[in-house]
Formats: sequence, C-alpha cells, structure tokens
Amino acid sequence: MQFNFTKYSLIYYIVSGVLIIAAVVSLAVFGLKFGIEFIGGSNMQVQFEGPRPPNDAIQNALNEFDLGQVIVQPTGVSGAVLQFKGVDEETHQKILVKLNALVKTDEKSFQYIGPSIGQELRNKTQIAITLALLAITLYIAFAFRKVSKPIASWKYGITSLIALFHDILIPVGVFSILGKLYNVEITIPIIAALLTVLGFSVHDTIVIFDRIRENILRKGMAQFEETVDWSLNQTLGRSLSTVFSTLIVLVSIFFFGGQTLKYFSLALIIGITSGAYSSIFIASPLLVSWHKWSQRRGA
Amino acid sequence: MAQKYYIFIGVLILAVLAGIFSYPNAFNKGIDFLNSKFSWTLPNFPSRPYVLGLDLQGGVQLIYQADLTDVADKSGSMAGLRDVIERRINLFGVTEPVVQIQGDNRLLVELPGVTDVKQAIEMIGQTPYLEFNEERTAEESQQIIDKIKEIKEAQDNGSEDLTKIENWELALQNPYFKPTELTGKYLTKATVIFDQTTYKAQIQLQFNDDGAKLFAEITERNINKPLAIYLDGASIVDTNGDNIIDAQDLYAPIVQDKITGGKAVITGDMSTQKANDIARRLNSGALPVKIGAPISQETVGPTLGSVSLQKSLLAGIYGLLAVIIFMVLFYRLPGLLASVALLIYVALTLAIFKLIPVTLTLAGIGGFILSIGMAVDASILIFARMKEEIKQGKGLAPAIDEGFKRAWPSIRDSNFNSLIVCAILFMFATSFIKGFALTLSLGIIVSLFSAIFITRIFLMVFVGNWAEKFKWIL
Repeated sequence: MQFNFTKYSLIYYIVSGVLIIAAVVSLAVFGLKFGIEFIGGSNMQVQFEGPRPPNDAIQNALNEFDLGQVIVQPTGVSGAVLQFKGVDEETHQKILVKLNALVKTDEKSFQYIGPSIGQELRNKTQIAITLALLAITLYIAFAFRKVSKPIASWKYGITSLIALFHDILIPVGVFSILGKLYNVEITIPIIAALLTVLGFSVHDTIVIFDRIRENILRKGMAQFEETVDWSLNQTLGRSLSTVFSTLIVLVSIFFFGGQTLKYFSLALIIGITSGAYSSIFIASPLLVSWHKWSQRRGA
Repeated sequence: MAQKYYIFIGVLILAVLAGIFSYPNAFNKGIDFLNSKFSWTLPNFPSRPYVLGLDLQGGVQLIYQADLTDVADKSGSMAGLRDVIERRINLFGVTEPVVQIQGDNRLLVELPGVTDVKQAIEMIGQTPYLEFNEERTAEESQQIIDKIKEIKEAQDNGSEDLTKIENWELALQNPYFKPTELTGKYLTKATVIFDQTTYKAQIQLQFNDDGAKLFAEITERNINKPLAIYLDGASIVDTNGDNIIDAQDLYAPIVQDKITGGKAVITGDMSTQKANDIARRLNSGALPVKIGAPISQETVGPTLGSVSLQKSLLAGIYGLLAVIIFMVLFYRLPGLLASVALLIYVALTLAIFKLIPVTLTLAGIGGFILSIGMAVDASILIFARMKEEIKQGKGLAPAIDEGFKRAWPSIRDSNFNSLIVCAILFMFATSFIKGFALTLSLGIIVSLFSAIFITRIFLMVFVGNWAEKFKWIL
C-alpha cells in the first residue's frame, strides 16, 4: 500500500497555516503567563484539613499582609496553590499562622524567588534558546552538506527549520491559551520541554530526509516527487512507531506523574505530535513544492 | 561463530549484575531466605541508596547573595563564607548538606530533611563570631565543673525547673576557657606563611591598633599558657582527627612571650591544608561577609517529596509496560527481544545513576522515563530496515546485518541532535533542567549501546535458520 502524500500538500499547508495563525494571534492577544521563577515572587502549595475555604476567603485572610495580587488556584480535593509577591521567611510564617486560623493547613511546599534570580533566569533562557537554534541549524547544515542534486543542501536545512518553528509555535500557542483559561504558567520545566522538542522534531525530519537522500542516490533524480513519496511511505512505519512509543510514556507521566511533571509532559506531548506531523506533512511536501516552483521558474 | 555466544553470555551477566545492583532488595531477600532455610552464610549484595534530590526527599534550598563591595579578596572571602556556613550546618546536625559557591557571589545551601526553615535561615544569616579565649584558673574551672555536676544530678532526680538552682548559668559555660575582649573585629587578617628553614606552614596574624594593645595585654598574662581560638562558639578546626568539630576539639596555641606590635605567628606541626583552613576561618571572622536574607528559597515538605517519588515511579512503570506491550504487538519476536533489551537498558541506566551517583530529582526521573520511550526508536529503525531487506529476498543473517548498517546513520544523527540539546540545557544552571538533561543524555547514551549491542546480539543468537520457516514472527 502506497500513500500519495505530496498530492494533498495544499491541505496540510492550510491546516498548519491555520494553527500557526491561531498560535500567533493567541500570543499577541493573551501573551504568555510566566511563572515566578522568571518574574520573582512566592508560591505556596498547601493542603487544607477539612473543606477548602473559598478563594476570596483566603484572599481576605491575607489582606493584612502587603502581598500584591494573591492568586489562589485550587488543586486536588482540598489543596490550593497560592501565589503572591516575594516575602521573607518571617512573613511567610505569619501567613501560615493566618491560614491555620482560617482552617487547619498543612504546607506542602514553599518557594520564593527574588527579582535578581528571575532576571537572571530570563537571560539564561534566552541564551539557551538561541544556542539551541544555532546548534541545530549548524547540525542540519553539516548533516546535509553532501547532497546537492536536485535539491541544494541548504534547502533541506531551511525546510527543517520551518518545520522546527512550526513545532515550537504550536505548543507555545497552546500554552498561551492555557495560561489565559487555566492560569497555566510558562515555567522552567516547560522551557526544558520545548528545547527537547527542538531536538526531537529535527530528529524526525532528519530520518526522513536521510531516506530521501539515499533514494535519490539509488534511483536518480528523475522523479523527485515520487522519490519523496516513496521515502515517506518507507519511513512512515518508523515515524509512527517512534512517536507512539514516546507518546505512551509521556501520556503515562501526564496522568500518573504528579503535579510538577504534568504540564512538562503536556508540552512535550503537543510538541512531539506536532513534530511528527510536520516532518511528514510539512517538511517533505515543502521540499517538493519548492522544487516544483524553482523548476517552473527555470523553465 | 562461537564468539557471539560469549558476547551474549557477557551481556546477560552484565544485565543481571546491573539489575541486582539497581534493586538489591529482592535479591537479598532471596539470599536471606536461603540462609535461614539451609543455614548458609551467603553474603548479601551490598546495597547502595539512590541519591535523591530535595524535591523527592523534602528539605530546603536557599540561595544567598553575599555583599562583597568592601572586600578585596572576593573568591577567598566566598570560600571562607562557604566554610563558616558549612560548619554551622554541620553543628546543626543536618545530614548531607550541600553548600556551594555559584558564580562570583552566590551561595547555594541545601538542607535535606530540614523543616524548621526559620531557624535555619537565622542560623545561616548570623555574622561569624571569632573569639580568643584564655584559660580559667583551676578554682574557676572546678566551680563550673561542680555546677555542671549539680545540674546533672538535679536533672537525673527529675527536677522540673533547673533555673531555680543558684548560679545555674555557670553550667552553660566552658569550664576551661573564658572569653577575652579580643574578638574577630580586632583582627585585620590572617595569612599562611612558610618557615624559611623548615618550610613548615605557619599562620601569621595581623591585629589592628586596638587589637594590638589587647593582644599584648592578653599574651602578657598568659605566657606559657594556651590561648584557644573559637569560631561561632566551637573550636576553629578539628583537632582530634575525626573530621567533626565538637566539644572534644580544642585549638589552643601556647603563648610563648608577650607580643607587642600586633603581629603574631602561630607555629607548630601542621599541614599546609590545616593552616589554610585555619587562616581562612580566621579571615571569615575578621572580615565577616554579609549575606542577609536568601534571595531564593524553596521548601518541600517530606510528604510531598515521597508522594512525588511514588507518582513518578508509577508513571515510569506504566510507561515501560505500555512500551513493551506495544513493541511485542507490533514487532513480534524482534519486538520481544527489543523489550528484553529495554529492560536491560533500564537496569543499566539505574545502575549508572547509583554508581556516579546522579542526584535524582523529579525532573531527572521525567527525563529518564522520556528516554525509555526514545530508547526503542533505534530498535524500531533497525527492524524497519531489516524487514525491508527480508522483503527484497535477502536471507535472515544478511538482512540483520544490513538492517543495522543502514539504520546507523539515522540513529547517530538523531541521537546526536538530542545530545546537543541536552548539552545546552545542562549549561543552563537550574537544578530542574540539569537533572533532566543529565538523566536524558545518560539515557540516550546507554540506549545507543543497548540498541546496537544488546538487541543485535539477541537477534544474532535467537534468530537462526529455524526462523526462515516462520518469517511471520519477524
């Protein structure tokens, strides 16, 4: 059974185009909600013994402290995550006493990030993302340095990079919507997940391009479109299996792995799914479209 | 052709050892059972715990920023600060604390198992207190010793309020030494110098003008007597060689003569290392570096830690089982072999985590679980190639060979890419990311070994000529 992938290129482009536009719009309108590790502040995870007091009761109880905006996010049956301005240990203890007066409270974790650390982490994140993109671009250029006909090797590089941006933009867009709807924040784990998606997404594309390269060497370059289709069919089983086995473990982390790893695994799930999609339905068809376009121009 | 069997047996032995090493409980239970049943005395496999991060065992992480504006020797002062705080934490009785200098002026303090954060922060934030104490008279010493005895007896007799005993405060004091006016604020600096003829390490002290006067008075009245040096109320250095500083330690050079001019040298048979320790601590008492309140704090309660650990392990086990089921359903015999290889991979990786040892955090476990999913990718690539070769009518043995050969460039390229990303993540010095990048990259490296080496050997050993008749299982 052979599937004619490139025939429906236009549909893939439209689907991805819509998704990307949605992501960009969401980013422009909602922006991203950054976690306290980037902006500084306090984060307190508590478990109430007994029924959880309503959010405004908690906020009112903490009114006397100068905490800025107190965000209360219920977790589980009777837990909550509180976020507020950075406080020292003394105030933190007073807050605990106050909460305990409201209803008996068991503190599970407390985090305070000073403004200087937040600034520093923002810079570090920017550097890490830039470095990762640079390293991957260099690697693609290196990996495809030998292929030249009928497609120049830099075209493989460019299409891989387009696929890469596609794979990052979509999860970032999803997190922008989640941030708006459910207060989901961009935290260090999510940055780590996105950078991992970078590696993984290129990895998929490289395997397929490797095949195309090999088939061009075997079959010659007469029918580029068929060669690409043939390569996609050959690698399809592998692509699906790999993505599937990775998704299995990620879904397992998402459902059973606890709070901290939940959104981390979600970012990976979205990114890796989008990566698998883009290497089959975007990167390779783009190569063909590009080739056709330049042929037409040449003719 | 016997070679492949040797390698196969080698792989099996390695796998069993790694398995027992990473989870010795089951094995040791078996040994204990045999021992009790047949009254043998087989030894237990040495068990070594995993090193767990703060997020999994509970505890506090504090980051401090030292104010070094008035300090000339910045790195020396930071080393001194680190040392002083480590001493205090050890006195506090925290097991396996971490005190690390980060960057130029940051200090990272990790206190596993500590829940009283307030007390810990107060203790760490104190300014180091250096004092020079002189010997008490025999009469004074006896008084204090008697008082300690009296209090102890009262305590043993069940007395409720010990403060009713006359002069009870006396018992809290050191029976042999008493403070002088000379403290760290009179010390300008301490340096290690070497004797011109013997090349032995010595410590040179430099006092300021007021300190020089005090020091002259103190040395005058204490000639041929010891002058004990204390930091934060405990001996400045370990003297009885047990590496723990406690009441048994006493560092008290003997005063040879009255010393005027504010310059003194401590001689004696000490290693350069010890002289450096003492000088550094003297300096940290002389020029206390202020660190103030922590600029970042993270406290994880013990219950949250163990719940996180359980949940992430559960996620890992479910994930592993699901991958194995998937592999067997989709790839039949090779899938089964790859699954066995995957189990060996898990055992090997866990053993490496224990050996290095890698501090396992939640993120680290996440990275490891992710690597389980990715580890089968190499096998899948190889099998896909192998099937193609078989379809083209090749025999089994050449198909296996060719499958490996053809799949290798893709495996190499894609894993290399993930390793690049891990390296970049690792440079990003946040503990969450480091833990994740470390376990993921270790996982990737071990998975390469397991796919190329273990899966291949398994295929070569198990898929013989017999399988030619049952090609459907491939």
